[in-house]
Amino acid sequence: MSRKDITSGNWAVAEAMRQINPDVVAAYPITPSTDIPMKFSEFVADGLVDTNLVTVESEHSAISACLAAAVSGARVMTASSANGVALMHEIFPIAASYRAPIVFGLVNRSLGAPINIHCDHSDSMAERDSGWIHIYCEDGQEVYDTMIMAVRIAEHKDVLLPVFVCQDGFITSHCFEPVEFMDDEEVRSFIGERDPLFPLLDIDNPVAYGSLALTDYYFEIKRQQVEAMKHVERVYREVAGEFAKKTGRDYPVVDTYKTDDADHIMVIMSSAAGAAKDTVDRLREKGHKVGCLRIRLFRPFPAKAVVDALKGAKSIAVLDRAASLGAPAPLFTEIKGALYDAGIHIPANTYVYGLGGRDFFPHNAEEAFMDLINNNMSPEERYLGLRE
Amino acid sequence: MAVKLKDLITKERAMRQGHRMCPGCGAPTVVQQALLAVEQPVVVTAATGCLEVSTTIYPYNAWGVPFLHSAFENAGASVSGIEAAYVALKKKGKITKDIKFVAFGGDGGTYDIGLQALSGAAERGHDFTYICYNNQGYMNTGAQRSSATPKGADTSTAPAGKVIPGKIQKPKDLTVIMAAHHIPYVAQTTIHNPMEVIEKVKKAIETPGPAFVNVLAPCVLFWRLEPSLQRDICKLAVETRFWPVYEVIDGEWKLGYKPKKRVPVEEFLKPQGRFRHLLKGETGQAVIEALQKDVDEEWEYVLKRCGETWEPQA
Repeated sequence: MSRKDITSGNWAVAEAMRQINPDVVAAYPITPSTDIPMKFSEFVADGLVDTNLVTVESEHSAISACLAAAVSGARVMTASSANGVALMHEIFPIAASYRAPIVFGLVNRSLGAPINIHCDHSDSMAERDSGWIHIYCEDGQEVYDTMIMAVRIAEHKDVLLPVFVCQDGFITSHCFEPVEFMDDEEVRSFIGERDPLFPLLDIDNPVAYGSLALTDYYFEIKRQQVEAMKHVERVYREVAGEFAKKTGRDYPVVDTYKTDDADHIMVIMSSAAGAAKDTVDRLREKGHKVGCLRIRLFRPFPAKAVVDALKGAKSIAVLDRAASLGAPAPLFTEIKGALYDAGIHIPANTYVYGLGGRDFFPHNAEEAFMDLINNNMSPEERYLGLRE
Repeated sequence: MAVKLKDLITKERAMRQGHRMCPGCGAPTVVQQALLAVEQPVVVTAATGCLEVSTTIYPYNAWGVPFLHSAFENAGASVSGIEAAYVALKKKGKITKDIKFVAFGGDGGTYDIGLQALSGAAERGHDFTYICYNNQGYMNTGAQRSSATPKGADTSTAPAGKVIPGKIQKPKDLTVIMAAHHIPYVAQTTIHNPMEVIEKVKKAIETPGPAFVNVLAPCVLFWRLEPSLQRDICKLAVETRFWPVYEVIDGEWKLGYKPKKRVPVEEFLKPQGRFRHLLKGETGQAVIEALQKDVDEEWEYVLKRCGETWEPQA
């Protein structure tokens, strides 16, 4: 029997981890993800999980220990944010290349400087080419559900890649809201047992991870990772489909809100989609045909689903919670690329919002929508909620 | 039961032929001797370095045992992760065999960039043995100074120039730092005698909990040493007291070797090109004197910790 409770995004991750009962968790606290290892260590202390919790001395060691445990054959999870994620950076592409299916609760926080503990996506966007799967969640329920689905996606034999399950720092991680939890047994039967390929601890069949591959082999090995990424969307759909059948909660790769007949569409990620959808409703009441497209799966980028949602629009606004200094913002770049490849030219505005946790209000969303409605279009980057 | 060399000769090696280490390099000697007498199955992890790159050139692999390398500074964290997975999977019955875990790092990966990960792993008390093959500098990148490089050595980032006579600082004492973690087994040794490393590492691996073994091992390119002198130079390191050999078992210090005579450190320096600039001129002489003072002081410290006295023959 499922149960409903009031909980935070962080505690939802910790609860999912309790139910998943991973073999190893190696973690190091950093705001705003600290609650995850803290809550999880209570589960360990109370004997509610079998997990070997390794309380390492840095994020670099956290991800290094996770990688080593994952290739050893263990089911492995961790969490981090911002500077912690940046410190782990060196190991991320290695974990992807070793095909280590680590599931990672990433609580988005801005990268310094100035040092700031609040949300933006600069930490995970800096890792977008590291070879990990990136899934961005809108609320606590979605974070909980995605952690469970991520285990299946990561460990699927056609994928075998690590997954970032991203949620907005404080906005989602510390917001208490109703979350429906699955039954422990239901979670365990959904994820099953890990059946590792070539585990390091198989003494009778020794393998070496971490070879030196130079000009003669490196390229081919990277090409195999490209291939693994190509399988992700199919596996994602299979897992999400099965999850929807069990729970009634459906998570397509992109979340479309009133886009079918929309002339003007806002493209956005994570928690800010709430304010965007609310604004869609209010503008529709005034007779404006507007919609919202929320990108959930960001790596691999679901270009076809994006194009399908946007192709009928007259104009679009792409909102990024991260800047790519000296170049167009990351989500905007992806959207333009997807449309270009489909041979579709739709006028598009680019907005950066919410850096360092700056609030994103419905009036900010309305400002962007009104630019589209009033045909105030330009390729120049604009900023929402910024004092200039 | 005492280990006999003749019983070990026919034993299958953990690291096999075909690796690409230099002739005369101390690292493969350390590895072969370290793993020769271990009776349990072993999983090896290594920091980035000469040993790692030269033994795993894709698609070849010199290791006959499971091997993991991921980065330079994280051998301590990697061995923690492997051991954590083993403990978890064994508890669940998914692994039944007893397995031991060994990490290898050079002095770069151990004294410097990897010290934090090693310290963390030691403090957490994982069951592993960390072996530093210490050639006193960064060799994979070409003879740069490390915090293990001795005073006066000519390195590519602390070169012997017209004004500065090589590295000025004395090395940090990592063995003592590791002993200060109060882990059950710490040893400092070298490859002057094969039974040294064989027996000490066997003891380290059989000791539950963290163990650390610091093995002085020459790099013939950096030390500018005739490759056939590998063992002789290590003997000189011990005879000149440049590298005291000792163990710290559960906090008890035990001296491994007391030279019969007072042999000046210069005898250790002479066969090595990295110290050649010190052997001529007053500046070089002053550095040698300073190095001798450091050696004498460290020896006194080790003697005191071991509760020993030393009366060399005249």
